[in-house]
Amino acid sequence: MKARVTVTLKTGVLDPQGKAIEGALKSLGIEGIASVRQGKVFDIELAGDKTKAEAALKAAADKLLANTVIENYRVEVLG
Amino acid sequence: MKSAVLVFPGINRERDMARALRLVSGREPAMVWHAETSLPEGTDLVVAPGGFSYGDYLRCGAIAARSPVMNAVRAFASDGGLVLGVCNGFQILCESELLPGILMRNARLKFICHDVHVRVERSDTPFTRGYNAGQVIRVPVAHGEGNYAADEDTIRRLEGEGRVLYRYCSPSGEVGDTHNINGAAQSIAGIINERGNVLGMMPHPENHVEDIMGCTDGRGLFAGLVAHLGRAA
Repeated sequence: MKARVTVTLKTGVLDPQGKAIEGALKSLGIEGIASVRQGKVFDIELAGDKTKAEAALKAAADKLLANTVIENYRVEVLG
Repeated sequence: MKSAVLVFPGINRERDMARALRLVSGREPAMVWHAETSLPEGTDLVVAPGGFSYGDYLRCGAIAARSPVMNAVRAFASDGGLVLGVCNGFQILCESELLPGILMRNARLKFICHDVHVRVERSDTPFTRGYNAGQVIRVPVAHGEGNYAADEDTIRRLEGEGRVLYRYCSPSGEVGDTHNINGAAQSIAGIINERGNVLGMMPHPENHVEDIMGCTDGRGLFAGLVAHLGRAA
């Protein structure tokens, strides 16, 4: 079973890296970019059934993959 | 003072820290590997030193914070034991939830490696009793992620409870944006936990403890700890 955990910065948390990327995209002349926020994607393979997998992924995100002081996460089981 | 220095893969300031502890306390600190599940008997002070544990993978300090020895450190802290985290050690303590908040990428994105001035905000804690309140000390910093951040409530509590012990400032002690090297909230360079027995700070006091280093301003922190523990014992 494959799954994906996406970790993003919470609204309001300053993201200097995202800002730098945003500046670089603008300097490339790519039009229409209003803002950029940088995050992380974890592609994870799991054994076992889907219910257990979802619980394991949530535990993984809460305990390590995300720091919930500044980050939100989303878990997707891709099947 | 019986101290223990935690050693994680990728740490590189543990010897500087051990040297400073030995110099000021007169006792050889124990070096404790991250896979250990207990601290040496009779430990008075645990130090998480600086460096790049696990190559700063995921988030600075995140993986070290989940290593076996940190369970022992959490138990030690909850019994009132003194814990000091410097630089990556501060990041590890935040990731361990021994301290609130997090150290984010420096506001101007650059790695900062030079001496800075910090103001000691109060002198009535084990970590600052070697100084006077309001004293300005010169200490080196070397970090890319030292920009302290926390939610507004946490910042308000830290300030209200006098838990900011060290703040970036000018050589004469003024605090403001020009002297806030990394964009940290409230120019925070070091904070303690609610109970007052865990300190995390970005500057490296252990690198200013001998004349040959050109400055001995960092010595007061260690001397204060020795004095505190001497009195407690």
